[in-house]
Amino acid sequence: MPLPQISAVSIQKSYRKGELKVPVLKGVNATANKGEFLSIIGQSGSGKSTLLHLMGLLDSPDVGEVRLDGQRVDNLPAKTRDELRNRVFGFIFQFYHLLPELTLQENVLTPLMIRHPIWTYWPRRKHYREMALEIIEQVGLSHRLKHRPSELSGGEMQRAAIARALIAQPEILLADEPTGNLDSETGGEIMDLLHRLNEEQQLTIIMVTHDESVAASAHRTIRLAQGQMENVEEAA
Amino acid sequence: MYKYLLATRYLRTRFIALASIISVMLGVATMIVVNSVMAGFSVEMKDRLHGVLADVIISTASMNGVADAGRWMDMIENIGGDQIDGMTTSVEVYGMMTFKYANEPITRPVTLVGIEPRGKASVGPLKEYLGSFQDGLRDPNSEPNWELTDEAKEYRENWVFRGSWEETAEPNWPEFDGTPEPASPVEATDSETPNFSEGTSPAVTPPKDEIVNPFLAQEAAQEKESDPTAPHKGRAYIGHGLISYQMTDPKTGKMVDRLMVRPGDDIQLSTVNTAMPPGPVSLGVTVVDILKTGMSEYDSNLVYCNLDYLQDVRGMVHPGTNVRDFTTIQIKLKDYSQAGELVKKLRAAFPPDMFIVQTWEDKQGPLLAAVEMESAILNVLLFLIIAVAGFGILAIFFMIVVEKTRDIGIMKALGASATGIMSIFLSYGLALGIVGSGVGVGLGLLFVSYINEIETGLSWITGRPVFNEDIYYFSEIPTMVSPWMVFWVALGAISIAVLASILPARRAAKLHPVQSLRYE
Repeated sequence: MPLPQISAVSIQKSYRKGELKVPVLKGVNATANKGEFLSIIGQSGSGKSTLLHLMGLLDSPDVGEVRLDGQRVDNLPAKTRDELRNRVFGFIFQFYHLLPELTLQENVLTPLMIRHPIWTYWPRRKHYREMALEIIEQVGLSHRLKHRPSELSGGEMQRAAIARALIAQPEILLADEPTGNLDSETGGEIMDLLHRLNEEQQLTIIMVTHDESVAASAHRTIRLAQGQMENVEEAA
Repeated sequence: MYKYLLATRYLRTRFIALASIISVMLGVATMIVVNSVMAGFSVEMKDRLHGVLADVIISTASMNGVADAGRWMDMIENIGGDQIDGMTTSVEVYGMMTFKYANEPITRPVTLVGIEPRGKASVGPLKEYLGSFQDGLRDPNSEPNWELTDEAKEYRENWVFRGSWEETAEPNWPEFDGTPEPASPVEATDSETPNFSEGTSPAVTPPKDEIVNPFLAQEAAQEKESDPTAPHKGRAYIGHGLISYQMTDPKTGKMVDRLMVRPGDDIQLSTVNTAMPPGPVSLGVTVVDILKTGMSEYDSNLVYCNLDYLQDVRGMVHPGTNVRDFTTIQIKLKDYSQAGELVKKLRAAFPPDMFIVQTWEDKQGPLLAAVEMESAILNVLLFLIIAVAGFGILAIFFMIVVEKTRDIGIMKALGASATGIMSIFLSYGLALGIVGSGVGVGLGLLFVSYINEIETGLSWITGRPVFNEDIYYFSEIPTMVSPWMVFWVALGAISIAVLASILPARRAAKLHPVQSLRYE
């Protein structure tokens, strides 16, 4: 049995609000294998976004481990974790989070610009620009290259965010309520895109949502309530 | 790569940061203008101080001087011959000057310096300071001397004949009625200087030809018989400040200069001779020229007269040998940087109980030091302006970091390191500093090159002159731009901008990605 690509083991996490310690995750396990489409569903406040953030190494668990291919990664030095986030993970968020000063193309290129210092990036900038163009075509936004985020619709912005997440050629895509801000039709388009990527490129996707129908389209679902798992369901 | 893209993009899109650019720019421009003008004034002032003094000055400890300048000058030649460009000797002593203006005698204390004009011109500017050369009344290529210009001769003839005509006229010509005589129609210019002899009563002023020193009385009497308009044996250049005053011309409303004594007039000088204790000597001299150096310290004190006459009158000539005493030797060097060395050698050769050897900077030490200190303090104050601009940058950057909290969260999610985030804002500060400094330097240099036009404009707007030519003796505001000064000011401003961005940058670096992403 191959090791799961990513696993969160016995995760506990609390947040501090002044003197008060608010427990968010009280012992959660989650795994995903390569090419799997995993959804995490729960009410707001159930800790699902926190779990996603911990798996993406945006934060560290108080207790427990996060492992990639069996190797523990949550206790690595900050620099290594930064690199992992850049190379292994791709993120998309409910509110898109594109940088408003940059054009669509520049936004998509951001992970590469972060990865390479200026002296490595500059000579290969043309090559990178072509990579960006390819991916932008894949998500269907070639006609919006030079536009700023303020000039894009919600759906277009989310597709741009997906393109940005993909350019780094990640192994795992982490999506935090990607359709939360979109109408059902546009949301459906996004979900189609995600499924396509999952199937065609064997891209592991872990998605957080509170929408049952969206969650149901995944291979597997993890249900969280008050910081604890309820059960793990397979897709029908 | 992302850091530079973002830093420059922030520079272009955030107009509020323009406010801090402007304050940096103004601070830099102000520093450049003020430093240039102060340097310009300072250079001019040093030139003028230096001009009168020459490079190295040797003065005798005693006012009575030391004998035989020639021998000592030969010694100087031996010690530093190849470094020396010119040398001259003089006698410096204090005295009083008396002249008549508007029927009243006016007395002033003066520093009386006997010089040899050609020698003096070889150690420093002299022609440039003399009124007749400045006004173009003499051939600019001629050497300064003790002869009257044609204009001065004509002026002298007029008042001499007027005076002598009055003496032979009917005695019921009013002696003095208390009011100054109106301007004489024979005078070509608009000066209101009444003639020396008009309204003169012998009881008030000694007759123009009377000289107390009996040694010369004989010669004077002979002169009088042969040519009544001939000038005295004693000749003088008088400092402009001694014999002039400022008044508002009722016709034009502007400040004008009025001369009380003009070339061709006679004045009385009193000083002391070399007896022990010193006795008084009095000499009448004819004014040949007016001295205008541009430094009020000199123009209000100096009277140059002919060296040999002064030596004769004071009794500084040794009977029989005709060896003459001197009190000062002035030396001009080819290369002033050698001065220190030469002074050391000269001090060894000239006995210190008899002589004091100094460079001109030694002599004027306190004044120069004061100017330096002024400049330093001013620079500190002006730099505070830029420091204030720095605080503006600090505040604005904090605001921007807060505004960008979510973006910082995303970048961290995408893999940006904390130091990377920090350097975005440091680069932003650097870019602000460079733009602000650059524009400030441009603005400052522009202001300096057009400063006289700007001064005219300001005077017109405010209705009063900003820079009064007569007070400052300059026709234009002097400026001197030093490239090093510009460099340091720009560098200082850029450093302040970068320093100011450090705190906000660190704050940005420390933001927690998850909390930043949730930031509303």
